[in-house]
Amino acid sequence: MENGEGVVKKFCYINRKAPYGTIYALESLEVVLIAAAFDQDISLVFADDGVYQLTKGQDTEGIGMKNFSKTYTALGDYDIKKVYVEKESLEERGLSADDLQALKYEDEDDDWAEKDSLFIVGRNDLATIIDEQDVILSF
Amino acid sequence: MAVLHTVNKSPFERNALESCLRLAKAGSSILLFEDGVVGAMQNTRFSERIAQAMHDFSFYVLGPDIKARGLGGDKIIDGIQVVDYNDFVDLTTAHDTVQSWL
Repeated sequence: MENGEGVVKKFCYINRKAPYGTIYALESLEVVLIAAAFDQDISLVFADDGVYQLTKGQDTEGIGMKNFSKTYTALGDYDIKKVYVEKESLEERGLSADDLQALKYEDEDDDWAEKDSLFIVGRNDLATIIDEQDVILSF
Repeated sequence: MAVLHTVNKSPFERNALESCLRLAKAGSSILLFEDGVVGAMQNTRFSERIAQAMHDFSFYVLGPDIKARGLGGDKIIDGIQVVDYNDFVDLTTAHDTVQSWL
C-alpha cells in the first residue's frame, strides 16, 4: 500500500446459520466489523438459516446471551452498503422482508441521503454476486 | 409417562427433528429448543409435517429461545405449547427418560 491507496478487493461474507444456537453468527459479525476498517468492497450474504440473524424484535434476556442484532443496523456506519438476503431462503421459512430489520446507510455522494442497504435477491442473482467476489469467507 | 424427546437443531440444517419423528413412539412428548425452535414455526417447509405429527405427539417449544430469535407468538404452529425453563424441568421429571436428538 502506497499513499494510503491500497488494492480494493471484493470481500463476501456468507452467513448460513441461525443466531444464538451456535457461535457462527456472532463470530461473523465480529470479523466483518474488524475487516470494515480496511476499506474493502464488502458484501454480506444471508442464506439458509442465516436469514434468522436479521429478524427484528430479537430479545435474548430469557436465554442470558448478548443480543447482537442491533449491531446489524450499525453496519451502514462502517460503510457496508450491500447486504443480500436470499429470497428463497425467506420463503421456505415463512418469512418476508417485513420480518427483517431495516438496514440503511447514508450516501456521502448524495448529500448523506439515507438509503437501503438490504437487498432481497433470488438465487440466480445471488449466484452471480458470489461468483464475482475476490475473497469469500464462510460462516 | 414415557419419553421426552428434545431437539435443539434446526430442521433446515440437520435431520435431528426428522429422526426424532421417525423413531419416537406415539404418545411421546417432543420439546423444541435452541435452534430447534425453528421447527415450531408456521408456513415453513416443515410446518405440515409437524402439524401431522401432532396427532401422535405432544409438542412443546421453549419460549425464551423463540423470543431471542425474534420469532413472535403468532408465528408458532397452533397447538404447540410454549414453555419456560421451569416447565422444561417439570417435563424432564414428569417423563421416565429423556432422549436428546443432538
